[in-house]
Amino acid sequence: MIAFCVTFLLVFCIYLLLTAGSGTIGFWSASELVAGAGLGIVVAGITRKFLCRSDNYRMANPLRLLLIPVYLLGPFLVEVTLANIDVAGRVITGRIRPGIIRVTSELKTDLGIFMLANSITLTPGTITVDIEEKGNDLFVHKINIMPGDEQKEAVPARELFSIADIPAWIRRIAE
Amino acid sequence: MIADILIIAFLAVGTFFNTLGIVGLLRFPDVYTRMHATTKMTTFGSVFTALAVIIYGGASWLGSMDTGYAILSIHTLIAAVALAFTNALGSHAIARGAHRSGIKPSPAVVDRLEEVQP
Repeated sequence: MIAFCVTFLLVFCIYLLLTAGSGTIGFWSASELVAGAGLGIVVAGITRKFLCRSDNYRMANPLRLLLIPVYLLGPFLVEVTLANIDVAGRVITGRIRPGIIRVTSELKTDLGIFMLANSITLTPGTITVDIEEKGNDLFVHKINIMPGDEQKEAVPARELFSIADIPAWIRRIAE
Repeated sequence: MIADILIIAFLAVGTFFNTLGIVGLLRFPDVYTRMHATTKMTTFGSVFTALAVIIYGGASWLGSMDTGYAILSIHTLIAAVALAFTNALGSHAIARGAHRSGIKPSPAVVDRLEEVQP
């Protein structure tokens, strides 16, 4: 029942976002509200077991959901901007030292690893190539490996980012 | 007035990073380094171009109170978010597929994944 309600609310909110500005009740017309609710019930009935597979509803906590946009617009945007400028310089000068390194993360849940892997991939200069499912280690292709890092067995995830502590932020959101 | 300056600035930044992404595609040696240039930098540039559209829609909405402009802004925002998320998943899938099908990073100082995978 909780799974059904969570999925319904998510679907309904996305539908309202897509149809905003259609009428006079708030921003929506009555027919769009009814259509959204009907579609939400149908979709939630079919897909509730896919969205809430882990039977753990900590991500339905509004505080955690509120932290996601703060994280995306705050430390993550700063990291992406800095890395973009860095890679732009490397495109012009051609100074690269590419390679694949093993990165350890102290995250344990699937969602945490997923968010960390995607954050690494979205930052220019680093791509997550593969994940070792047992120890939750990531294999990251880096465009400029620091001298000395190629001898190390593994590098902590914190050192991939320059200013902000991205793994700590993800732990706060997802675990 | 401020909106016009912001729109021009965002369009300039977006075009600059998109151009550098294409230059990187031509300059870099192998598939992984090329993906750094194309997938990431063009996403950053496209997000800035989308930001210019969002600001244009918001400013026109405040000027004319025509909800069509507000809808334009909201839809562009959704498009930018979708672009960022699908880009991360797509480039990870391409990199993983390339490594699994035997394309090794050709100038590379270290390849820890090859030591693990047979």
